This record gives sequence, structure tokens and C-alpha cells, in this order.
Amino acid sequence: MTLDGRSAVTSLVSPRRAGGIHTELKLEDETFLTDDFLRQLINVGEVDILVGLPTHNNAKTIRSIVQTIQSGILQAFPRERAVIINADGGSRDGTPELVTGISIDDVRPTSNLYALRTLHSISTKYGSTPATGVALRTILAAADLLRAKACIVMFPESATIESEWVSKLVRPIYRDGFDLVTPTYRRHKSEGLLLTNLLYPMIRALYGVRIREPYTAEFGFSGRLGSHFLNQNGWNDGTSGAGVELRFTLAAITGGYRICQSFLGEKERVERRGADLVPALRQTVGPLFSALESDFPVWSLVTGSQPVPTTGNGPEVLLEPMRVNRKRLREMFSNGVAELNSVFQLILSPSTLAELQRIAPLGEDEFRYPAELWVRTVYEFAASFQKSVISRDHTIQALAPLFRGRALTFLIENRNASAKEVEDNIEGLCLEFERLKPYLLQMWKSRE
Amino acid sequence: MREMIISELTQALHELARDFAHFLPRLIVMLILAFLGWVIAYVAKVVLRSILRLINFDKLSENAGASQLLTKADLPSATEVLSRFVFWVAWLGFILLGVSVLGILGLQEQITKFFLFLPRLFVALFIVFVGLLAATFFSRAALLAAVNANVPSPRVLSAAIRSIIIAFILSIAFEELGLAEETMLVAFGIAFGALMLGLAIAFGIGGRDLARRFLEERFVRRKNEENEDELSPL
Repeated sequence: MTLDGRSAVTSLVSPRRAGGIHTELKLEDETFLTDDFLRQLINVGEVDILVGLPTHNNAKTIRSIVQTIQSGILQAFPRERAVIINADGGSRDGTPELVTGISIDDVRPTSNLYALRTLHSISTKYGSTPATGVALRTILAAADLLRAKACIVMFPESATIESEWVSKLVRPIYRDGFDLVTPTYRRHKSEGLLLTNLLYPMIRALYGVRIREPYTAEFGFSGRLGSHFLNQNGWNDGTSGAGVELRFTLAAITGGYRICQSFLGEKERVERRGADLVPALRQTVGPLFSALESDFPVWSLVTGSQPVPTTGNGPEVLLEPMRVNRKRLREMFSNGVAELNSVFQLILSPSTLAELQRIAPLGEDEFRYPAELWVRTVYEFAASFQKSVISRDHTIQALAPLFRGRALTFLIENRNASAKEVEDNIEGLCLEFERLKPYLLQMWKSRE
Repeated sequence: MREMIISELTQALHELARDFAHFLPRLIVMLILAFLGWVIAYVAKVVLRSILRLINFDKLSENAGASQLLTKADLPSATEVLSRFVFWVAWLGFILLGVSVLGILGLQEQITKFFLFLPRLFVALFIVFVGLLAATFFSRAALLAAVNANVPSPRVLSAAIRSIIIAFILSIAFEELGLAEETMLVAFGIAFGALMLGLAIAFGIGGRDLARRFLEERFVRRKNEENEDELSPL
């Protein structure tokens, strides 16, 4: 039995007992799993359900999250072999100890639930700093080794994780044979504007699949999709960390895997970080633009879009008033257009830039960043990203002030809108992305 | 007397003819070298131009900001300038090689100096090009970061960073060339010192209130604004 974890092909021969683990894990280079973690995995043996929990200094919330997950497993899958894998990015507040220290007995008294199998919780520290890509890779490798049939990943950033989420994410995979389950939520209309105004409509238009939350903190996947992504993704190209969740979704689409959505309920974050727009763009729009190059043979042939099966309700919109600093959004948009003129000249077409310069000085009452102009802007950014007219990271950063302008328009347009009107507006934007897809194709083909 | 003059004249003519006979082949060699040099330099120019076009050097130069400088100076594209530069340097090298064959005293040392100078010239040009790339990259990075952080006057900040990097790079390039080393060093020191002193005075005395307002806006008001602005993009 090889446990040094350093060979190009690591062979893990299982102990001669029922439920031994996957006998061979092929990795491109030196395996990154520690010896201790491999020993823990061997002790667990094969599992049916794996819950991946990437953490970094989540001591305040991790206890309740783990208990909720345990409760969810006991409620819905008491007969299945299950494991919680915690991939920790160097927590200094004792998060991993809390994960492994929580006993199943802590859940029983309150919920009167009993497991027919041992529910394992194991933890590994993959590095001294958090890196989503490495955390997911660790979870995928563990799932591959343990031959997990259904896996879910839950980032502990959600403040409203419920025990039913486990069932809602696992069941479509475990019982219905889906390969990827993405969530839909009940969200405030002002939340997730990058998703509703760029990621969802663009992925829908280009890849032809209507996945409402292509970048999410909670998702489920089958063992075969996990193995496919583990072997396919360029983990060592220096970009594997950023936006790996989005790349996972895109890999499922381009690989022809069965995808569905599951309504989880209300989405609320532990920390609302309105100012973190640039990192959010780097994690989502960067990987999306980057994937367009390798996925060109797929998306260039797609026309229109198809809905994906959804269990439970579709996405729901909350309408209660919410204080948003519109003045600041408008100022940052106007300043951005004025100050970044030299950068936009390299990225945008003269007509698009002229139109942006026309709307930039308008007051809030007259200000509108129309859907067609926004779609042309995004597509021109995607083409410029592909051509590398400037540093790709600079291209992504330059999109931030323009997104603020579009976000402001979305907020103004939906100020007094009903839930249906908000959905109609999102649908209208999606159709605009689909209608202008030939414009992107034209730019893409003329890139030389 | 008359015979002596004729004899001296004859001897001088003989010597001249002998010297010319010695010189003529060397002159022909020089001309051949110059011609060969022209052919080689021309081929080098054509090949280099093709390679530069293949690797889209003009785009790189545009990104580095070098193309804008060339346009302002009414010069052709960066590919053309570099190709022509290589042509002239190569041809001049061959001509000087030919001149050295002539064996003219005094020129040898200058020609040797020229050939020793060439690598330094190329290194200096390389430093300037890479420096322009770095200046453009960092000034643009500063501009984008400042705009996204809502810092006042981002273009001033960006231009200042670009100017400092270019001044620094030019001083290194001149030092490499060995041209006016001390002058450049002193000029750079004075310019950099003056800039820093100016900024210190501007912020410390002249812009005291401005600096206070700026810091307040940056750290106090913005914090309040962020609390109000609870938009989550994802």
C-alpha cells in the first residue's frame, strides 16, 4: 500500500474489507493530499454521499452549519454511508477542530434522529491561505477516492443554511440521475445583480442553458461529473483558484451532463460585501470570458436557449424597500467613463464608447443604460479579453464602473416593479443577449 | 639637377603607383564588403519585419505606449522603425569593417569603439522598451484601482506613476550607454527629490485642509456610504 502520496500515479489499495476505497487515483503530478488525510479517507471507506465544506476562520458559524448538515443527512438519508469533508484554508480560530469535534449525539436530542451508519466528519488543511480552487480540488479528489455517488459543496458564507438543503441538492443526483444540481433562491431584487445582469443572461445566450445561479455557494454533483472535472480542469495553470465554481458549471454544460435546479429558499449572506465588486468580477466574469476561448466550438453552434428541470419553485423575488446609494453608483459610473477613456478606446467600439459618453453626464432622472448598449458593451469586453488588447485583469477591472451604471439602471427600472415585472425585465435582458449573440460571433471571428 | 628632379619624381610616382596598387584591392574589398553588407542588412530588415509582423509587435508597442510616441514624432510604425534601425546598424557595421580593411591609421580605434558600443546600445533600447511597457502597465493598474476605489484625480496619480517610471528607466538607459552619466544621475536626483518635496509641501502645508477632507472622505464618510450601499453583486 502506497501512502507516501508523492508518486505520479498514486495507488491506494484498500484494506480487505467491505467498502474499501477507490484503488487507483491518477493525478497529473505530485498528489496534493496529505498522508494524514489519505489515512482518514481509508478509514472512512466508500461512501454514498459526500458533503464538502470549504472553510477559513468560520468558527462562529461552523458549529450550527455542520449540525444542520448532519441533521439533513439523518433526516433524508439515514441508511446511506455519508461523510463530511472539511477542506480548511489555514484557519486560526479552531474551525477544523470544531468540525471534527461535533458529535452526531449533538443533533439527536433536538431532532430525535438516528443514523443507521456511521456519519464521518474529517478535516484537512490544504494550505495556510484560503483558495477556493484548492479546496474544491481536495473535495473532488476525496470524492473520487471514496467513490461517492452524490456530492454537495456548501460554502459556509450562507447565513440561512437549512437541513432540507442537503436533501434538495442530493436527491436529484442520488435518486433521479442528474449530474449537477444548482440552486435557485428567494432573493431581494437588488441582490445578485451581477448574476441577473451578466452571468445568467450571457451563459444562457452563449451556452443555451438557463441556469439561474451558475456561480453559487451551494451545489450538488454526481461522482462521475466530479471525476470528469478533476481530470479535465487545468489545476496547475495558475488560474485554477479563481471562479472554479463557475468553471464547474460550464464543464457540466459542455460535457453534456444532466443538469437541474432545486429551489432552496431564502438566500442571505453572512457578510454583505457591496464594495467587493472587482473581486467578484475576477471570480466570475474573468473565468467566463476565459472559458469562451476553449468552449468556442460548443457555444458558437448554439442558438436560442432551453430551460433546465427545476424542483420546487423557480427563483423568487423579494420586494421590500432596501436602502441603496444610487448617487454613488451614478458618480462612480460617470467618473469611470470620464477617467478611463484611454482604456475604453482600446476595448470598446467608437459607437459604443460615444453612447456611453452621452449617457455618463445625465442626472439620475434621465439616466438609463439601455439593455442593448449593455449587451454590446459586455460582448465587446469579451472580444477584447480574448484578443488581450490590454492585460486581461485590467479588462475585467475596467468593466466595474460600467457594471455600476447598469446596476443603477436596473434599480431605477425596478424601483416600483412587482416580482413579475422584475422577472420580465430580466427575461428581456436575456433575450437581448440572445439576439445580439451574432454580434459577438462576428467580433470573435474577425479577431485576427 | 634636372636628372635628380626627374629621378625623385619618378620614384615618387612609382611609390604612388605601388601604394595605389596596394590600396586598390583593399578599396575593392571595402566596396565588396559594403555591397555584401547592404544585401545582408536588407535581408535582415525584411526577415525581421516579417517576424515582427507575425508576432504583432505593433500591438505590443501600442500597449507599451511606444507607438504613441512614434506617432507624435511623425515616425512610421514600431515594426518599420526597428527594421530600419537594424538595417542601418548592420550596414554601417559592414561599412566600418570595410573602412578598417583600408588600414587608415586613427580610424581603427574608433571602429573598435563603435563595435563595443553596439551591444550597449541594444541593451539600452531594450531597457527603454521594457520600461515603457512597465510604465504603461503600472500606470493603467493605478488608474483602474483609483477609479474603482473612487479616489479623486486618478489620472494625475496614473500620470505621476508613469512619469516616475519613465524618468527612472531613462536614467538607467543613459547610464548603460555611458552618456552624460553624472548629468543624468544628478538630473534624476533633483527631479525626483523636487517631486517628493513638492508633494510633501503640497500635502503637508498647502493642502492641509484638502488632505484632511480627503482622509475623512476616504475613511469616515466612505465607511458610512458602504454601510448604506449593501448591494451584493453575487
